[in-house]
Amino acid sequence: MKATPILSVEGLSKRFGGVHALEQVSFELFPGEVLALAGDNGAGKSTLIKAISGVYRPDDGRILYKGEPVAFDNPRQARDLGIETIYQDLALADNLDIGANVFLGREPLRRLFGLLPALDRKRMRQEALQAIETLDIEIKRLDVPVRTLSGGQRQAVAIGRAIYWKAEILIMDEPTAALGVPEQRKVRALVEGLKEQKVGVIFISHNLGDIFAVADRILVLRRGIMAGIRRTADTDADEIVKLMVGG
Amino acid sequence: MTTLEASSPLAARQAVVVRWLAVAWSWLFLALLLVFFEVWARAAYDTSFLLNRFNIQSITLFAVAPLLLALGQTLVIISGGIDLSVGFTMGLAAVICARLMQWLDPALGPELSLVIGILAAFAVALIPGLTNGYLIAWLGVPAFIGTLGMYGIARGTGFLAAGGTTVPVRNEYLAFLGNDRILGIPVPVIITILVVLLMHYVLSQSRFGQYTYAIGGNREAAIRAGINVKRHTMAIYVIAALCAAMSGVLYTARFSAGAAQAGEPLLLDAIAAVVIGGASLFGGSGTIIGTVIGALIIAVIQYGLVFINVEPFWQFVAVGVVIIISVLVDQSRSRLTGAHQEDR
Repeated sequence: MKATPILSVEGLSKRFGGVHALEQVSFELFPGEVLALAGDNGAGKSTLIKAISGVYRPDDGRILYKGEPVAFDNPRQARDLGIETIYQDLALADNLDIGANVFLGREPLRRLFGLLPALDRKRMRQEALQAIETLDIEIKRLDVPVRTLSGGQRQAVAIGRAIYWKAEILIMDEPTAALGVPEQRKVRALVEGLKEQKVGVIFISHNLGDIFAVADRILVLRRGIMAGIRRTADTDADEIVKLMVGG
Repeated sequence: MTTLEASSPLAARQAVVVRWLAVAWSWLFLALLLVFFEVWARAAYDTSFLLNRFNIQSITLFAVAPLLLALGQTLVIISGGIDLSVGFTMGLAAVICARLMQWLDPALGPELSLVIGILAAFAVALIPGLTNGYLIAWLGVPAFIGTLGMYGIARGTGFLAAGGTTVPVRNEYLAFLGNDRILGIPVPVIITILVVLLMHYVLSQSRFGQYTYAIGGNREAAIRAGINVKRHTMAIYVIAALCAAMSGVLYTARFSAGAAQAGEPLLLDAIAAVVIGGASLFGGSGTIIGTVIGALIIAVIQYGLVFINVEPFWQFVAVGVVIIISVLVDQSRSRLTGAHQEDR
């Protein structure tokens, strides 16, 4: 990991009224690296990812993306630069098919009778399928609403959307929380696949099993401050738990 | 829970059949109705129900006003809302149209007063449309409540503008719009067909239509995808109001009078047409073609029962039964193709 970091966070702080949600948090993320965010409830994990993805403006500190300082007014700006966030609810329109979800808000158009603009559904489906196939996920039917898909497949649609739109940093909030064990395994495989595509991944998880299975490094937060950052290879679950609860 | 259903081949095949049935059942039902009345007509009156130009014209004319309301309502319901005010928006537009034409006719002549009257009907409908949209999209008022308030406001102002009575109007061009035929097809039917084609194109082919489905399916997802959900919601309620205004203008044209209560009995027929056509009141599904079929089913029931001399009150019973059946079909469909109400 001697490459230049794709993301550098320097002394990031965020306060809500008198509450210090984040205090002087600094870390770096490299292309193809998976960084896990661990910490108890209220430790500041969500605040941190929201500050990176443009939902909150930090009060102090700065964020460098590919070496350039950036400041986002809204999530759209972060996404346009290649910082995608996948929340727990995945933000899929369950009544629409995979293609429509991957392209939601950015639909390609064709000409109907060489005249009227119309949605190019065929292209949306084909390109969505390609994006999802790079994740090694099998999808049988493309023309069904995504609510008929399994939890892992839906996660793949959300990730496929991020990849299709050239995400270079993918932030995932509890990607395995609502899934059964086989599906959890699938999501771990998805994250491995992202690594190969040189995407930098930040993911929040309560599940130490997940963290140790896929993360390269673990950043532990405790009441808004950095309790520590460890390479997964050099630490164990005991140490991480100690960092989380303090003492 | 949806995983298992989709992954077992039997259930998948079952789901395909149910999905097909859910789409086709309203067509089948319409066909059955027509066959029923046809058989009855031949047996009882020794005549044809369908091969009778007068019947077809009457049914389609019957369907025009509720269908126009239903077209706008389709977009509203797909987006997850409801618009209870369209019936009285239609009445208000009809009254304003008639009043202005009557008042301007001596000074401006029939052509100009017609144009101004029609434009005024659409302009006045913008007020409830924009207000509904603002209340619902920006102020977060539930659609049911916001448009119920507008129902009262449009009703009151409609009657006030009409002076508590119907407003008669005489205009030869207007009479053409309302009562003439082109190639044997009534002009209001032709106008409605054009609106249907336009709305079908918008809903099924345009980004606007796609966003309407997305908002109804998952509003939050639509917002995160960068769709301007507030503005879009506003546009949907404006379209619903403009459809109501169109209906009001055609009403005035057909009866040579504007009446504030013109749309009162049509509101629930319009919602029924949308639901019979396969839309879910939870949002996210529905089509223009389905709504057209729904409106035709209601019109055929209403006209057909009169035709076979059944007491008119049975119409309400029959339409009520059809509404309940269509909701049951919708529910069994969602149970077999993946729950959507329960998932949220």
